[in-house]
Amino acid sequence: MPAAPSPSLPPALTAVPPPAPFAEPGAEPGRTIVDVRNLTLTYQAADHPVYALSDVSLSIAQGDFISLIGPSGCGKTTLMRVIADLEQPTGGTVLVNGMTPEQARLKRAYGYVFQAPALYPWRTVERNVTLPLEIMGIPRGERQTRAREQLERVGLAGFERKFPWQLSGGMQQRVSIARALAFNPDLLLMDEPFGALDEITRDHLNLQLTQLWRRTRKTCVFVTHSIAEAVFLSTRIVVMSPRPGRILDVIDCARDLPPERTLDIRESPEFQRIAHRVREGLMEGHSYDD
Amino acid sequence: MTTDRILPVAAMSLAILVLWYAGALWLNGPQAVEALNRLGDGWGTADFVRQAFAMKRPILPTPDQVAVELFQSLTGTPVTHIRNLLYHTGVTAGSALTGFAMGVVLGVVLAVGIVQVRTLEASLLPWVIASQTVPILAIAPMIVVILGNMGFTGLLPKAIISMYLCFFPITIGMVKGLRSADPLALDLMRTYSAGTGQTFRLLRLPSSLPFLFASLKVAVAASVVGAIVGELPTGGQAGLGARLLSGSYYGQTVQIWSALVMAALLGVALVAAVGVAERALVRSGPGGGR
Amino acid sequence: MIGVASRQPRPAMAPGPLVALLAPLLPLGGVAGHSVGFVDSPVAVAGLVLLVGTLLLRRLAVGALSEAVILSVGVAAGYGATLRLLADGLAPDAGLWLLLLGATLLLGRVLRLLAEVSGPARHACPALFGLAILLLWEILTRGLQVPAILLPPPSAIAAAFATNAADLWDDFRQTVLISVLRGYLLGCGAGFAVAILADRVPFLARGLLPLGNLASAIPVVGVAPIMVMWFGFDWQSKAAVIVVMTFFPMLINTLAGLASAERIQLDLMRSYAAGYWRSLLLLRLPCALPFLFNGLKINSTLALIGAIVAEFFGTPVVGMGFRISTQVARMNLDVVWASITVAALTGSLLYGALALAERRVTAWHPSFRKR
Repeated sequence: MPAAPSPSLPPALTAVPPPAPFAEPGAEPGRTIVDVRNLTLTYQAADHPVYALSDVSLSIAQGDFISLIGPSGCGKTTLMRVIADLEQPTGGTVLVNGMTPEQARLKRAYGYVFQAPALYPWRTVERNVTLPLEIMGIPRGERQTRAREQLERVGLAGFERKFPWQLSGGMQQRVSIARALAFNPDLLLMDEPFGALDEITRDHLNLQLTQLWRRTRKTCVFVTHSIAEAVFLSTRIVVMSPRPGRILDVIDCARDLPPERTLDIRESPEFQRIAHRVREGLMEGHSYDD
Repeated sequence: MTTDRILPVAAMSLAILVLWYAGALWLNGPQAVEALNRLGDGWGTADFVRQAFAMKRPILPTPDQVAVELFQSLTGTPVTHIRNLLYHTGVTAGSALTGFAMGVVLGVVLAVGIVQVRTLEASLLPWVIASQTVPILAIAPMIVVILGNMGFTGLLPKAIISMYLCFFPITIGMVKGLRSADPLALDLMRTYSAGTGQTFRLLRLPSSLPFLFASLKVAVAASVVGAIVGELPTGGQAGLGARLLSGSYYGQTVQIWSALVMAALLGVALVAAVGVAERALVRSGPGGGR
Repeated sequence: MIGVASRQPRPAMAPGPLVALLAPLLPLGGVAGHSVGFVDSPVAVAGLVLLVGTLLLRRLAVGALSEAVILSVGVAAGYGATLRLLADGLAPDAGLWLLLLGATLLLGRVLRLLAEVSGPARHACPALFGLAILLLWEILTRGLQVPAILLPPPSAIAAAFATNAADLWDDFRQTVLISVLRGYLLGCGAGFAVAILADRVPFLARGLLPLGNLASAIPVVGVAPIMVMWFGFDWQSKAAVIVVMTFFPMLINTLAGLASAERIQLDLMRSYAAGYWRSLLLLRLPCALPFLFNGLKINSTLALIGAIVAEFFGTPVVGMGFRISTQVARMNLDVVWASITVAALTGSLLYGALALAERRVTAWHPSFRKR
């Protein structure tokens, strides 16, 4: 049980690879951050086994923005939870930064953004963001500096002293993103972070997120239900299908869409073409048993 | 689910039994040594244990002593006889149930008044809540004496104490329950232009039942406490409380323990009976409760 | 919602309080055998004039609150005149009762107005209601000459309170400051500690929970005679009863509280690789606070009951339970009532203090927060 914080800072905090200024994320191969091979996860339901994941393989490179998309039950969240060591696979291997998910978790290699903000109502916005830093044993002064920095980054400067319930849903989710960024992890795992928000807020946050990603070049894995969101944000889209949960298609967006994206690229023919292909993939998965 | 629980509960019960016997050995030990010394010097461990577990007036009687006493006092004399424990249990149960019935009426009437009349809600509800913080049992002896002066003896004074303990949880639970009706369902009633009485009977009352039964379980347990405490000041005539009191006057520990076991059984049986009534009356299925 | 209600038209005035106008037609009462007419008594007339006067003046009021203030002067006049006349030795008759009835009906109107008011003035509603009950208690026990054995008037209780203050203080110290406080801390502390242990050892929790639920159906206070036998007459036996009574409520509430953290928040702690104690301290205990306070509040009442009932079974010659049982036997019911007042105040203060602390510590909880 690694209850005590390690005396020295985790490598992620000391050695941040400076992102190449105008690098094409898709063109640059980068080192592999997440390597998933032949992953299988089966569990026993009341009367029959459920194949949540079946022989899933996927490789995610440094600086990638990967979206996992698919209908409910296709295992996209399960896949991400396995990467985060919140779920145990029944077969196959996963490596995160060359380590097992558990080692990676103990080294605090990733930040996780949940479907709900999961903020602590008894802590102020700032103290919510400093929470992971506190657990990792970072001195108080530095905690505060970093929290302020991240809150500014998500456009919430000036809200440090507020309590979460005094903020709107979109602002709360931005706090939870700031919290995930606070300890500067290599990898950002986001599980339908904007699923519960209205469409206007969602568009706004999508724009902020893509700008954030361009500035920091964090490797992102993003689970979503929304085709438009997936195409807009991603360098690659992984289309998944249920029963058994598996990967149907991997679509490269970085080739056709510019890295710098504004909301109006959604009108462009390239965008429409990719969205169409995603939709085709999803329909194919559905016709499988419906 | 249930097989999950049987083992831990069995282990816990066994642990309690072992602790009980060990406690009996420890507490009765000095007396047992004294008694054995009076008989002569030559006694061994086995004699000591036998003596400690079979004292006439033990500080802590063993479970088997209590069971034997319980069996004798239940079957040794006819049920109507003053020495039969079932007779005393009946006396206590009678006043507890009378008080419970009175408490239900008072509690429900107060709750309906509070929900329907705003003035009562504003002026009375705070006092109903404050009444809970008062150690009501302190006035038990006085109520018995006052009512005795007015010529009421026997069941009624005890029933009033039980009622006093009962009404509060019922009022609070019922107020919560009557207010728990779904606002949409209330609007639906309004679209039918249903009257206050109809809305009450068709919507508010049924939706309050789960809350009512949760409170009834608390209240019926409280009514047993009220009846037992109400029997203390009468100086040991009849009832489980009187058995406790006379047992403590004459140092009859086995009698105290068997009365306690009987009181516990009575409480559990009454709560279980309310549970059965709930299952018969509330058909909203599991989760319909709180 | 409430704010809007105060701007709504005030409820129509029922003519009830006007029955007081009939009072002058009836005899007021008798002093030393002589009948006194209503108009012969300046106090009664003054009370009636004030009461009716406020009924007329109420038209000047701009809102529900100001009308309530004006009318409560009339209520005070009616009650005041009645109390004054009773203090002068008047044996009341129909006239006085009608004046009292008018004042009480007017009070109903005041309460109805206050119920609609928003802001701190709302608290005046239960306060006035309580005060009125106290005054009516005084007036009725004196006016109807209820024997003190049945129900002494509040003034007699207050007098008994004053003359027995030293005894009552000793009782308070013995019962509350010594027995209750120690037993409460021990019982709640043990319940909490075992809950943490059971949280670490789920087997223990699965065994203890059904037992705890069973304990809630059992009249635990019955262990009092046994504890008195084991631990003697002094505070130890009272504390032991309290420990037995408070242990399971605290255990069950703590366990429920520790289980109340959401799955997603637990996952978050896991993703930070936070250990057991850290996530207990940072997440699960804060989540459990409302449950802990619930247990503490329930137990504050149980502890007082436990101590007082245990004292019925034997005490050194001091303590609230001892006082109540001995004075009941001597028919000194005013002292008993004074003792009960102490118990009631203690219970309310304990509960109030805990509720205040809860509000402080869990201000973030949905039941307290305001935007």
